[in-house]
Order: sequence, then C-alpha cells, then structure tokens
Amino acid sequence: MKLYTFKKGGIHPPENKITNNQPIKVAGLPNQVVLLLSQHIGAPAQPIVKKGDMVKAGTLIATANGMISAPVYSSVSGKVNRIDMQTDASGYKRQAIFIDVEGDEWEESIDRTPTLIRECDLSPEEILGKIEKAGIVGMGGAAFPTHIKLKPPKGFKAESLLINGAECEPYLTNDHRLMLEKGEELLSGAHILMKALGVKQSYIGIENNKRDAIEYLTKLTQNDSGIKVIPLKCKYPQGSEKHLIEAILHKRVKSGALPISVGAVVQNVSTVIAVYEAVQKNKPLFERVVTVTGKGLKEPANYLVRIGTPYQFLINLSGGTSEDTGKIISGGPMMGKAVADTSIPVTKGSSGILLLSEKEAKRNEVVECIRCAKCVEVCPMGLNPTQLMTLSEFNQWDKAEKEMITDCIECGSCSYTCPASRPLLDYIRLGKGTVLTNIRNRKS
Amino acid sequence: MVLISVILLGLIGLIGALLLYIISKKFETTEDPRIGKVQEVLPGANCGGCGFPGCGGFANACVKADSLDGLFCPVGGAECMGKVAQILGKEIAATTPMIAVVRCNGSCSNRPHTNVYDGVKSCAIASSLYGGETGCSFGCLGYGDCEEACPFDAIHINPETMLPEVIEEKCTACGACVKACPKKIIELRAKGPKSRRIYVSCVNKDKGAVAKKACNVACIGCGKCQKACPFEAITIENNLAYIDYNKCRLCRKCVTECPTGAIHELNFPPRKEEKAVDVTVIEK
Repeated sequence: MKLYTFKKGGIHPPENKITNNQPIKVAGLPNQVVLLLSQHIGAPAQPIVKKGDMVKAGTLIATANGMISAPVYSSVSGKVNRIDMQTDASGYKRQAIFIDVEGDEWEESIDRTPTLIRECDLSPEEILGKIEKAGIVGMGGAAFPTHIKLKPPKGFKAESLLINGAECEPYLTNDHRLMLEKGEELLSGAHILMKALGVKQSYIGIENNKRDAIEYLTKLTQNDSGIKVIPLKCKYPQGSEKHLIEAILHKRVKSGALPISVGAVVQNVSTVIAVYEAVQKNKPLFERVVTVTGKGLKEPANYLVRIGTPYQFLINLSGGTSEDTGKIISGGPMMGKAVADTSIPVTKGSSGILLLSEKEAKRNEVVECIRCAKCVEVCPMGLNPTQLMTLSEFNQWDKAEKEMITDCIECGSCSYTCPASRPLLDYIRLGKGTVLTNIRNRKS
Repeated sequence: MVLISVILLGLIGLIGALLLYIISKKFETTEDPRIGKVQEVLPGANCGGCGFPGCGGFANACVKADSLDGLFCPVGGAECMGKVAQILGKEIAATTPMIAVVRCNGSCSNRPHTNVYDGVKSCAIASSLYGGETGCSFGCLGYGDCEEACPFDAIHINPETMLPEVIEEKCTACGACVKACPKKIIELRAKGPKSRRIYVSCVNKDKGAVAKKACNVACIGCGKCQKACPFEAITIENNLAYIDYNKCRLCRKCVTECPTGAIHELNFPPRKEEKAVDVTVIEK
C-alpha cells in the first residue's frame, strides 16, 4: 500500500489511541445542558427563547447573527432555566442558554429511523440552505461555519472535496469510530457535498494507524469512482487543511491563501456525517461523538453526546477523576486546551476530553536554547520557531511579521520536539495574535 | 620617483578634500539649536512615556509644534515642562500630576486559587490562554508584566499578596505598565492633593454574587457608593463602580459605605470615629 504524506516537517508523537476498539456509546442525558451561543467562529448566535419556554430536541433556540455565524438548536427537551454567563473552553465567560432536561422529546420533523437514504433530489442551493439552517460547523475543532466553506468566493472554483479522516491527534478516536460505524452515511454525505459543490471527485484521507477504516471504506467505495480512499502515513499535523491538501493533491496552498485557491474544499468526517443527517434526516446539529480518554480513566470511551452536556458528566460516566489527575484537556494533547473548570459544556467543536496524570502533565524545566534547530526541522510551515519566539518575547512585532509569524498553524510540533523544553508556541501564539491585531488596525 | 608619488598622492588628497567640501556645503542641514537645548532639560530616560521615540523625538516635537498643548513629559513633570516653555517662549497649560493605580486587591487570601497555571510566567501569555488561577477572570494574574515594563523600577509584585504595588516617589505616570497589563487593571489617575486618592480597587464585571464568590473584596455593583456620593463622581456600569477622579472631592463617604471594602483610600490621616474598613496602604 502506497502511503501519502506532506513533505516538510512534522512529527510522530505516541499515538495512545486507547479507545479505538470502543464502539460509540450513547451518553444519556444530564440534568441540565448549557448551550453556548458562540460555538463557532464568527458572531455569537442571537437567542430567541426566554426563561420558562418549553423546548424539544431540535428546536431552534438561537439564530445566526450576521454573515459568519451559525444557529444553535436545543439538544434536549425541557424548560429554559435561564440565559446567563458560562465559562467555555477558552477560560472566559460567554453567554449561554441553560435548559433543564425533562423527558426526551424530539421535533416531529426529524427522521429518527436508522434507514439509510442515498438518493438526494435537492438542488445545490437547497442543500446549502439546509446545511446553513442546521447550524453545521467544522467539527474537527476549528468550528468554522460549513456553509461558508461550501460557497467558494468569486473567481474560485472547487475541483475536489477532501474528507479529513486523518485524525492525527494522539488519543482521539471519534472520527475513527464514525468511519467504521457510519461508513455508509459518510459516503452518502460525501455525495451530497459533491453535488452542492459541483465537483466530480472526492478523497477520504485516512492515516495508516486506522487500517480497519481504510479497508472498510475502500471496500464500500469499490464500485464508486467518485470517492477514493487515500491511505496516509502517520504524521502530525496531517489533519491540518493545508497539509492534507499537500498529502493528497500534491499542491501547496500559498501563504495567506485559502484552500479553495488550489480548488480544494476540506471537510472533517464528523461534519460530513452531520451534513448527511441534516439533509436526509432533517436533523440539526445537536449531537456529536466525543472521545473521553486518558490512561488514568477507568473506562475511556467514545460517546454520542448531546451538545451542552457538561464535561464533568462525561468524565463521571468514564469513572471520574482520580487523585492523580493533573490536567484536563479539551481536545487532543497537541492542540487541545487545558481547562480550569469541568462545568464547561460540550460544543459543536469538542472532539475529546483528555485526562492526564500529574506526571504526564508536568512541564519540564525550561533551559537555554542550544541552537539544535530541531524546531526548524519539524515546523510543517517552514518557519523558524526559535527566532519567532525570541522576536515575540522582545516585542519585535514588525520583524515577526516579516518572518511570516501569521503562517503559524499553532500545531505545537516545535514545543513538542524542543530538547530544552522552551515554550516556543506560547510566545509564537502571543506574537501571532498581536501581529494580526496590528494588521487589522492598519487596514481600518 | 619619490617625488612623483608624493605629488600624485597630494593631488588625490586635494581633489578628495575639495569634493568633500563642496558636498558638505551643498547638502548642509541646520538643526534648530533649540532642539538640543530642550533635550538638555529633559530627563533623558528615553522611556517613551510622552508618546514619542525617546527624549530627542519629544524635543523635536516640542520645537516644531505651535503650542505645547498635548505635549507633556510625564517623567520631568510640570517643572521640566516649565523649563521647556521658557526655552521656546511658549505657554503651558497647567497639568494635574498623575500616578499609576492598581485596581485589584485579589491577594491570595482574598481570592482563593482554583487551579494551577504551569505555563510561561507572563501575564500576556496566561491571559491569552484562560481567565487565570482564580475564579475571577478580570483580576491581576501576578506574573509581573508591569514590573518588567516599568523603566523606573516603580512597580513591584509583592511576593505575599502576588499583586503589584506602586512606589509613589518613583512612579512618573509614563503609562508603560498600563500598556503592558493585558487585563487593563492599572490606570493613570490624578495624584491628588498630598497624594490622597480614592479609587475602586476592582475591575470585575461579573454579577455581584459571582464576583463575591470568586473574591472577598470584589466590587459587587450594589450602588451604595453611588448613592452616598454627594458629587456624582461614581458611575456603575456592568456591575462595576468607577470613581471619576476629576469629580471626586475626597470626602471618603463611599469608602465606609462599601460592603466589601472594594473602595480604597490612600494617604489619608486616620479617621476620628474608627470604622472597620479594609484598606491597604502602600508602604512608603
């Protein structure tokens, strides 16, 4: 089997996919769900319910607000308790709708039968409309509204659809399980997206540590010339849009350009399945698969979770935290964020909850840079991380801008590989943020 | 042979000298001599507190400007600006001396820690990651970005409270710490007569109950101070009181009124009837 990958940089951290044989379990309902109004990149949604309103699973509770935004649907049936502030994974308080769970009633329009519907008679515009209405956002983590990604800007044309099943983050297995358990839905969703985009070819990129998924989907697509399964070499950060495009299409997306500039649209596996459910089953996005994992957990598992479920509820399902738990991370160990509070709810972009022991979470002592250039070697964007860190540390924003700090995808390969344990990404992220603000200020 | 070499070299030297002379005359630039004079009376710290790149830049701006309005050296203060005005023969408006004020009293005892941060000890980086080690996401992080930014050694983190403290004699109100603080806690306020000042030592915009739960001395936005103030100096916005130092007449009525002790008074003589008020006075 020929394995594809990107050329420059990359690392291969220990995979630790301890839940890859755990079938997806339904998590059940908590007593209360907290639906954040800002679960996506862009303007927060506008609430349309008030305290005391009764809602069902699938009821629209907040509408999209502006060009880049997405609506939010209730994930449970029950009563709106209040609209209040809630800490989210960013560590700051944001507005959210609190719903007390009563029973489990769904909106009648949702088709809850497991029957697979392949045919789709809708026009591309109708498909896009349904995706937009269902509040679908990129479920790989970035949470960018999907309908915007599917509408190429003027002057660009989509040529191929790339489905991201790389799942290069260690520990996470939610996309892996979905590919195995919802393969048919995934392919149907891919055809719907191809129709919406008007493209003839799509590729599913899967890393080689998920052989069973590669074999299963290859078998399913045997007689389907439109979809091709591409086995990828295990290399982090292959799940990054630009790197997946390079691995599969052998095309480089230029600095600052969008993937559409090389004719590619990339969608995550979970997102494609959500598109299938929205278009064929009328189900808005209010459920997703979350991997709850960690070596110290009694029962690490993949759960089908209602959005808005508190992290603590899922951790308890898996056996709870132990005295040894040193850090809880929302997402994977490479790009995820440590959270300071387990009351934060699952959002459309939450892919995993990772519990690390104190020993695993401990940061090594920072010593001086030994100029080994390992960070330069592993940077998948071809940047010089140690230089960017120093520039950020000493507030040399103009120079950092010239050194293309804004190209950084924040994958953390540099920090991971540094033998001196230097906090490279911490400083680069700060510098990138400042430079981006400076650029915005200059434009306005 | 020797003669030819001497003449040749002499000629080359002469031509070079002539060329340099002509060029220096043709492209001669004259600097206003007043710039140098102004620069002499400036403190020479090159702190940038005035908004110009160093004292040279400020001197240049002073000489070129029509009036000295809006130009002020925070380090040298009124005295220094008076000298500048004398040199340039311009008028200066009277300015109120300012000082940096830290608006957070969330010490380790007032604001218990809820988690541990083991990342880079920099406020800018920590605040880009999350709300901080305590329940209050508005308050001081205590990693000392302000201390590092201060060119005058005037602000230091107290190792006991983990909060920055301003040394009044050294602070020149250059504003470097204000810019460095990612939480926007430090404010430049009027120094006040005899250095007496009253301010709300909290920037928490959470609802009262949430703020109080996170920190004992948080402003809960109850509005008692606003009612007590006879000069309408206090406004309440987003559950947070703010005292306008231009309107405040230092009557101290709000200080005793505050149920959480979030309003601080500095450098006042002791009250006649003592009431229990939690006031941290900066050690001189």
